Amino acid sequence: MASRPGTCRQTVRSRMSRSPKLIIAAAALATLVASAALAGGPSEKTEAKIETKAPQRFNIGRAPSAEEIRGWDIDVRPDGQGLPVGKGSVAQGEKLFMDNCASCHGEFGEGAGRWPVLAGGKGSLTADNPVKTVGSYWPYASTLFDYVRHAMPFGSPQSLKVDEYYALVAYVLYLNDVVTDQNFELSNSNLSTIKMPNEAGFIMDDRATSEKAFWQKDPCMKNCIAPVKITGRATAVDVTPEDKDGKPRGVE
Amino acid sequence: MSKDKSLPSAPRASRRGFLTAAGGLAATALAPQARAGAGNPANQPPNVPEWTRTLGEGVAVRPYGKPSKFEKDVVRRDVEWLTASRESSVSFTPLHELEGIITPNGLCFERHHGGVADVDPADHRLMIHGLVDRPLLLSLDELKRYPRVNRIHFMECAANSGMEWRGAQLNGCQFTHGMIHCVQYTGVSLRTLLEEAGVKTNGKWLLVEGADSASMDRSLPIEKALDDCIIAYKMNGEALYPEQGYPMRLVVPGWQGNLWVKWLRRIKVGDQPWQTREETSKYTDLLPNGKARRFTWAMDAKSVITSPSPQAPIRHGKGFTIVSGLAWSGSGKVKRVDVSLDGGRNWWPARLDGPVLDKALTRFYYEFDWNGEPLLLQSRVQDESGYVQPSKAELRKVRGYNSIYHNNGIQTWHVQANGEVENVEVA
Repeated sequence: MASRPGTCRQTVRSRMSRSPKLIIAAAALATLVASAALAGGPSEKTEAKIETKAPQRFNIGRAPSAEEIRGWDIDVRPDGQGLPVGKGSVAQGEKLFMDNCASCHGEFGEGAGRWPVLAGGKGSLTADNPVKTVGSYWPYASTLFDYVRHAMPFGSPQSLKVDEYYALVAYVLYLNDVVTDQNFELSNSNLSTIKMPNEAGFIMDDRATSEKAFWQKDPCMKNCIAPVKITGRATAVDVTPEDKDGKPRGVE
Repeated sequence: MSKDKSLPSAPRASRRGFLTAAGGLAATALAPQARAGAGNPANQPPNVPEWTRTLGEGVAVRPYGKPSKFEKDVVRRDVEWLTASRESSVSFTPLHELEGIITPNGLCFERHHGGVADVDPADHRLMIHGLVDRPLLLSLDELKRYPRVNRIHFMECAANSGMEWRGAQLNGCQFTHGMIHCVQYTGVSLRTLLEEAGVKTNGKWLLVEGADSASMDRSLPIEKALDDCIIAYKMNGEALYPEQGYPMRLVVPGWQGNLWVKWLRRIKVGDQPWQTREETSKYTDLLPNGKARRFTWAMDAKSVITSPSPQAPIRHGKGFTIVSGLAWSGSGKVKRVDVSLDGGRNWWPARLDGPVLDKALTRFYYEFDWNGEPLLLQSRVQDESGYVQPSKAELRKVRGYNSIYHNNGIQTWHVQANGEVENVEVA
């Protein structure tokens, strides 16, 4: 098959404007024809090269509809992007919390058993046993809304209405003294204005500088430290789960 | 091995059967044949064993194979007191029973936040939207039509060894270091999909979200997404296991496991991080001054001796002994591993065996003639960036005791004269 490159290019141009899908195929065809013209005919080598060349786009899958995106697009950012239209008060949230959350988190967010403590812990972050709660630790109120709506109530996530999630978040903020008025109403218009107590408590990962001592050294091999002694044993704490048969296995 | 009460046990009081049984190892050390005696002597030479004189099972009796029934204890295990529920919990890989660098799919540790999602692949969809030119909705079959990559990587929970910050707590590297696994992933380069969708110039971050009951969401910087991330649908050649995110998960080589979102359903491109619960309240590292590091994504170089270890004591007594361990780094390849027998005073180079791959587990060995004296066994890795695994004391000096995550300090195993091994701290 021999056609003049000029003719072919014209065809390409006329198709380009109609269908972007055809650009790649047409461009490849143009290249093939041009190469073929130079070589005096299509060679096996040239054809193989073109066949294995990946297209710029694969056109696999389809675009989701606006409605499809809306159903899953539930994330919320500190600047308020993503907040759904809605509102809920502390008082409304208290009832919802008792019905849906208190069995794990306690009526006042104090936690039950090993379930997470939600309130309290202020000033504990430098203590021996820090208590990391929404009030003592979380930097952004948006995070609370994002998480509660994504994953709570535990076992039946995304089961409440948007207004109910606002109310629940309002109540948890109230438990943490972030808002102090029982009549406070949280909404999509005021959530991003709420400042959390520990917002300034976070720094970026600085291991590359603060832990520089761990880098670029020749590991010591002989007499590196004074002879050591055992200073602690796991058996002192004794919390290792039992083996089923009570025996360690082991190498022969 | 049987417990023989007539023989002396270790002179260490314990209320636990685990240790009582371990004490019985003294007998094994004295009589190396003891454990073999647990079988049936009628099967041993000079006799011809029963399995030689009868036909075994035919093919496909077990259409999906299982380990030998004699390996029934090589399983994932959990620590019940760790968490409030079974659905938001963790189980640990039995590192002490494994060799090489590949973790069998059924033994990869689990960490779920809302249980294992039971996803029908026919209904599962991956959505890519946000700051892109062409939003995408893909089925599993469609994902599989994109060009494939195969990569071997370790996946470590940032909280691996987190229970050991304040001191030795758990007797077994399954529990101290078992929140790690290493498999070969097959999938699509995330870059390929992002190029297909066409990220806008202000697209700097990705929100990645799972389809399980926790709908785990995390922010991922675009540089990493375009570098080496994979959307995987196979592990070690077969479909992902449900516990590992079937039918598709994100693979973020070298970075903390929490980012490797399982049951991946949505990727949204944005211009800011989302500050999700996982990356603010959870995976941030509290320092002694009350400030917390955030976005501590990369896992630092770390190593551990898997055998001998508390669950894998030395049973053969003194003589030729194999120390086997694992080393890895989230910053690249393992460059070297050294082993100490005296708690870090003197070190000897270990032998790396098998492939040494980027952001993958590396197997090391140190073989020596044990004279039967107690040992304080340690391993120390250096990665290709030059980073040297710190001692626990060095690490605590910078980070205190409350960081929970990223504990990569050097582990010490105390090998006693009777071959029993315990988890200890030294100074």
